[in-house]
Amino acid sequence: MDSIQVQRQDFNLAEEYHALSRDPQAGAIALFVGQVRDMNLGSDVQALELEHYPGMTERSLQHIVNTAHQRWQLTSVRVIHRYGYLNLGEQIVLVGVSSVHRQSAFDACQFIMDWLKTDAPFWKKEHTRDGQRWLEAKACDQQARDKWLDSHE
Amino acid sequence: MKVLFFAALREQLQCDALELQATTVAALRQQLRQRWPQHADLLSAEQALVAINQVLNHDEQQSLNDADEVAFFPPMTGG
Repeated sequence: MDSIQVQRQDFNLAEEYHALSRDPQAGAIALFVGQVRDMNLGSDVQALELEHYPGMTERSLQHIVNTAHQRWQLTSVRVIHRYGYLNLGEQIVLVGVSSVHRQSAFDACQFIMDWLKTDAPFWKKEHTRDGQRWLEAKACDQQARDKWLDSHE
Repeated sequence: MKVLFFAALREQLQCDALELQATTVAALRQQLRQRWPQHADLLSAEQALVAINQVLNHDEQQSLNDADEVAFFPPMTGG
């Protein structure tokens, strides 16, 4: 059973792991967590503000998860993305995938993260000692997304 | 139709939603550039992505109707 959550509150990694691992078919579980880090472009980040487009966010995440299911044989997928004001060290995003074997779990987990970065409508604003600034999208993120278009393992 | 703006674009325009009428995405962009000439670059197809009814659209000639929800925003930076 898949789960997609867009929420303000924090999440519990152990609970997500438990939900992924309880299916008897699941022989492999891959989990990724992204969190707020302290430095970006040479300045101290003290917090992040995450804006999203309610409705489109859930829809685009569902589309990405569906695409992963078409591409790999997965037992279940769990995606959580937070929004609002997040302090240094707080969890931002979780992608968890269970499957029969490890390769599809690793690949699908990375695929979902790569596509989420460019296709799900979230925007980060950094609060630093020097003020606030919106992050700009990086070309390498688009490349990470597009590399999945050429390879079909 | 309902036109929405998000993130840096919303802040620059100081506007989160508008009611407008346009027949294509390109025509809608043109109206927005006329409304905010000082932010014409930010509203260009290079800098502002567009979603129609919550799905990303890459065709500037895509036709629109009054019931559509059209959103403009900078490239995403989540994750």
